Amino acid sequence: MTPVSAPDAPAAKPATRMVTLAVDGRSITVPEGTSVWEAARRLGIDIPVLCHDPRMKPVGVCRLCVVDAKGQRVNPASCVRGCEEGMEVRTDTPDLERRRKVLVELLLADHPSPCERQRATGDCDLEALGARYGVLERQRWHRGGGGPAKPADPSSKVISVDHASCILCDRCIRGCDDLQSNEVIGRNGKGFLARIGFDDDRPMGDSTCVSCGECAAVCPTGALVSRPVGATEAPRASLKAVKSVCPYCGVGCAITYFTDGRTVVSAEGRESPVNHGRLCVKGRYGFDYSLHPQRLRRPLIRISRPRGALSGEVKDSSAGTRRRKVVDYAEILPHFREASWEEALDLVAKRFGEIRAASGPGSLAGFGSAKCSNEEAYLFQKLVRAVFGTNNVDHCTRLCHASSVAALLEGIGSGAVSNVFADVKHADVAMLIGTNTTENHPVAATFFKEAAKNGTKLIVIDPRRPHTADFATHYVRFRPGTDVAFLNAMLHVIVAEGMVDEAFVAARTTGFEALKATVAKYTPEFAAEICGVTAEEIRAVARTYGSAKAAIMFWGMGISQHTTGTDNARCLIALCLATGNIGRPGTGLHPLRGQNNVQGASDAGLIPMVFPDYQPVEDAGIRARFEKAWGRTLDPKRGLTVVEIMKAALEGRVKGMYMMGENPFMSDPNQNKVRRALSSLDFLVVQDIFLTETAEFADVILPASTALEKDGTYTNSDRRVQVGRKVVEPPGEAREDWRILCDVATRMGYPMRYGSAAEVFDELASLSPALRGLSHANLGDAGKLWPCPDPETDGINVLFDADFPTPDGRGRFVPAEWMPAAELPDGEYPMVLNTGRVLEHWHTGSMTRRSKALDALEPAAFAEIHPEDAARLGIADGDAIRVTTRRGTIATTARVGDRTHPGSLFIPFHFREAPANCLTNDALDPFGKIPEFKFCAVRVERIVPGS
Amino acid sequence: MTAPGLATEKRVLLEGVGVRDVKSLAGYRSRRGYEGLKRALAMTPEAITAEVQRSNVRGRGGAGFPAGRKWGFVPKGTGKPVYLACNADESEPGTFKDRQIMEMVPHLLIEGCLVACRAIGAKVGYIYVRGEYPLSIRALEEALDEARAANLLGKDILGSGFDCDLWVHNGAGAYICGEETGLLSSLEGGRGYPRIKPPFPAVAGLWGCPTIINNVETLAAAAIVMRDGADEYLKTGTPDTPGTRIYGVSGHVERPGWFEFETSVTLRQVIDAAGGVWKGRRLKAVIPGGSSVPVLRADEIDVACDFGSMQKAGTFMGSAGVIVMDETTCMVDALLNLMEFYHHESCGQCTPCREGTGWLEKLVRRIESGEGRPGDVALLASVAETIGGAGAGKTICFLADSAVMPTRSFTLKFREEFEAHVREKRCPFRKATAHAQA
Repeated sequence: MTPVSAPDAPAAKPATRMVTLAVDGRSITVPEGTSVWEAARRLGIDIPVLCHDPRMKPVGVCRLCVVDAKGQRVNPASCVRGCEEGMEVRTDTPDLERRRKVLVELLLADHPSPCERQRATGDCDLEALGARYGVLERQRWHRGGGGPAKPADPSSKVISVDHASCILCDRCIRGCDDLQSNEVIGRNGKGFLARIGFDDDRPMGDSTCVSCGECAAVCPTGALVSRPVGATEAPRASLKAVKSVCPYCGVGCAITYFTDGRTVVSAEGRESPVNHGRLCVKGRYGFDYSLHPQRLRRPLIRISRPRGALSGEVKDSSAGTRRRKVVDYAEILPHFREASWEEALDLVAKRFGEIRAASGPGSLAGFGSAKCSNEEAYLFQKLVRAVFGTNNVDHCTRLCHASSVAALLEGIGSGAVSNVFADVKHADVAMLIGTNTTENHPVAATFFKEAAKNGTKLIVIDPRRPHTADFATHYVRFRPGTDVAFLNAMLHVIVAEGMVDEAFVAARTTGFEALKATVAKYTPEFAAEICGVTAEEIRAVARTYGSAKAAIMFWGMGISQHTTGTDNARCLIALCLATGNIGRPGTGLHPLRGQNNVQGASDAGLIPMVFPDYQPVEDAGIRARFEKAWGRTLDPKRGLTVVEIMKAALEGRVKGMYMMGENPFMSDPNQNKVRRALSSLDFLVVQDIFLTETAEFADVILPASTALEKDGTYTNSDRRVQVGRKVVEPPGEAREDWRILCDVATRMGYPMRYGSAAEVFDELASLSPALRGLSHANLGDAGKLWPCPDPETDGINVLFDADFPTPDGRGRFVPAEWMPAAELPDGEYPMVLNTGRVLEHWHTGSMTRRSKALDALEPAAFAEIHPEDAARLGIADGDAIRVTTRRGTIATTARVGDRTHPGSLFIPFHFREAPANCLTNDALDPFGKIPEFKFCAVRVERIVPGS
Repeated sequence: MTAPGLATEKRVLLEGVGVRDVKSLAGYRSRRGYEGLKRALAMTPEAITAEVQRSNVRGRGGAGFPAGRKWGFVPKGTGKPVYLACNADESEPGTFKDRQIMEMVPHLLIEGCLVACRAIGAKVGYIYVRGEYPLSIRALEEALDEARAANLLGKDILGSGFDCDLWVHNGAGAYICGEETGLLSSLEGGRGYPRIKPPFPAVAGLWGCPTIINNVETLAAAAIVMRDGADEYLKTGTPDTPGTRIYGVSGHVERPGWFEFETSVTLRQVIDAAGGVWKGRRLKAVIPGGSSVPVLRADEIDVACDFGSMQKAGTFMGSAGVIVMDETTCMVDALLNLMEFYHHESCGQCTPCREGTGWLEKLVRRIESGEGRPGDVALLASVAETIGGAGAGKTICFLADSAVMPTRSFTLKFREEFEAHVREKRCPFRKATAHAQA
């Protein structure tokens, strides 16, 4: 494997011509095309500007940055004008400065000083310029030169809008349109009546705004200001900035948190190869869960018997009585008593020890979390393997991409992405299948939309219409659960029409003949019948993908969360291999990982079959190495997966469990079965930041820390390992998770002592070839991609350029036949249930429903139903409905809209009042052991009031 | 009959107008219509450009830039289509010359467009007509239909192998869309925002492609050049500005209207042609070339109406919209009228113009209403100096400059009137009028 340059590395580009110019008499040499403003900045010369942001295309409208260029007829705007050889620029002639002063006066004349931004964060750029030019006191002017009074717009939940403070610099427009590609903000009106407007001049809160906050982040004045997230506000300059990583999704946006030392005040996007400073609503406004008063502060020991759920809401199997957004502390806490850490840890160690002694290591199991750091994932699996003595360790990867990983390991020998998502800009075709990217990976979606605007053709495939379809060349809406038929038909067309990359197939793959034989019968006409799309549409999509010079593939849970999830992914791999679309920039396979650290937790061995870096536990040689490293004899057999552990608990085979940061009562399929399983355990330890539904079943609850309260690394969907840094201390006696793990292990007779998370990382890296050479110190602020053979570089973006990490170095075609979902609609349950997430919430809601902004934006449970179905069932938007499957029933509110496929229902799984997982099917994919969250048979009825 | 001392009109562009039918295709042909096109079709594009350049037809939109030179800016071999955009968004206050051509000799404009398209290699041209000109739009549409039917437009024009079509695009009432790049933005369907130059439209214009933008009268003159040849054309007008121009005279004259003269005519002759100052009053001031240019006092009008002479006189020939003001005019009030216009028409893109035109209006209103404070005239100058000046480039386009030029010249040449308003805390003219009425 030879390294291919990291994204944006200038190495391959032709050398840019350098030009030398003089700015205020000082000489500087810059690449041709660099703006005069930028050249001056590099010399430390601060040319005042209000409309420019280096991340944006310059517009040159504020005219403050105009400079005097010798020999030029007019004064050019320095943010726009490119440097030329021999240019002589003056930036501060008396003439320029006098004009700037008057311009600032003109703008200040109608500016409500101090404006909202000045009051909140003390960093209004206009008021700073007013101070610089000594014109904050505006004696020469009467107010009101700019036209009629401009009103405030209080409608947005996260951003306050004050048109009076707006100086029409267009930064928000470019932030919204160009950086985030949300295209909500524009200008309305002409001249002095010009105003920024949202959509067709709606109040911001009623517009299509997705509350990403980019506009408020780039606004120089008080026109668009983020409402306070934390409890306090303070001048930005007085706060400490901590460079960290967003704790939400697998995109792993670089973030800067601002803290007064006591609490977290605000968050801003940080420049990095991952997000280029962009954030979404969760990253920017959703960190206040960490500051919530309900954070657990002391260890708790259960005093009430019998075991099992405690609240009426969690006990009730109909789930129809739940009204609260989060667990009712008042109802639960009386069943526990506070304890010292000493007592709680002693009890944990003693009880796990007793169960192990009585029933064997296999009677213990642990769920780690993809929300925790690499270091914590590593220590957790080490605890379960080396101390408990079992491989019964798993985490929520089982519920998201287990099937994708199974197919990838089998097909190309590695479960990680081949190319980073930003590589989409090098692709001429990008296929997005089963991914609702704008809501689940919002910042990655900005790169897809941007690529589409720059000419990349998007193929978007999903039964439920994602917003990326608006940018797509092809949007395919096939019937739920017909992926394999559709993808095989694409392969059929690619074979039939000679679009196979024969040379690639011959040199780098095996098994193509078998694939050809399988797809032979999947003519577009045959598949069209199954999929409910036209044969022509299938051909068109196949031709677009098949004729691309560089095609990249992205997918999400729409592919993986099926009993045919592995087959679905096999077909994607086959498409990629058959057309030779891998190993080059703009090509490859990228399963968009869900959790912020699901890649890292898997890399660290938090899965039952493998040690860190996917080294099989059943390989005696590898096991011996880990036995030597860890000093214990290790379990030679692979352990149980998430859903299998629940089943084993129900059957009494697993008796003791350690739950670090997972909430299976809400996240696992078939909630009523999970309830019985959790109640059947002899001993349950829940280590978490809040009292979760799962914690109600616990014997001991250990108060843990959020990502903002500890150092640790997180590996994003791109394989980029990034350092998250401690911003504030955990509340009360709460501790960093990795320290708790060390304490438990040590008390169980296995001393674990590390001075810092960095030391834990070093041990993990010493056992993981992929992480070799990396350390907290050299990861720096931007992190690095693994593998990173030369720690001086950013790591390798494009994998598999020469061979695959399979035994023979070749990629393997694994044909798949289409099979229907496990539970099909019938007379009794005539519709299809699809589950997933919404933009504003995270998984089981324990974090986001405690975030003021996120909860305000999406406060209640709902079920999305197609207008045709709604009409047929007599259901109107906002009606109360009852949704029933063979496993349970919930009451929720209908949201009528045409995003869903007719005949199917979409329910997000965040809401405990109407939990989707009370309904879902726990049937498993045979290879990935992933449950079929995306498909089961369901019945919907309107609830008649009073009945 | 021409009265003694009066200049004689020379009808070239508007030949036959009001005398016989020159509007229909047949009528236009009767005045040698489309002969220029026929000649052009037999020439190479380079030769056409060279001839128009030699004829020194200067831009009639107001800037006076030589049309042939502009055509020569189109880069060769870009692989991109080339467009012609005819600027028929005639919105400059006091200007009403282009509509005479469009409404009365529409085929002349079509012929000029075709000549230009042939010269620059455009297969498509757009005529962007001011939305308030429904008569012009209708006349053009009818003429285009006639031309199409006669194979003067479309495929293989007159068997020459040259394909070209022209389309009329209606404006929607914004002055800024008469600015050439604002016009392009509007034509593309966006807000009519002017664009930063460079790149100039000849290199990156409509949809990023090379685009030549010419005024209606300029293209009409190019058609005449092709018909008569550059040598013949150069015999008319002055060496600085050969040819004729259509002068629109408005304001305090006896017979406002349009007049076509050779450019050697003097401003006084143009005003006299309109019957002179009305009601036997004395002349106070003249704006010679549309509202944006500096004003001239009564003693400054013995100047030839070509670009160079006007520039020497400290103003611009501009769009040849001559606005005449008699002795009863309050110059502060007149300036206020102009400032209301520019404030209203600022597109709002650049800060100096959006904010500054508002403050110019506000300050002039303050002075006119008797609420001016000592220092306001200086403040007016300070704002004006900040936002523009002739070609100062302090904003993306010329609109702020257009507001600043009259502000400067009014306050310089009639400073005493402004000072009197502030000093007396009232408008002396308004008071006088009130007395007269009482």
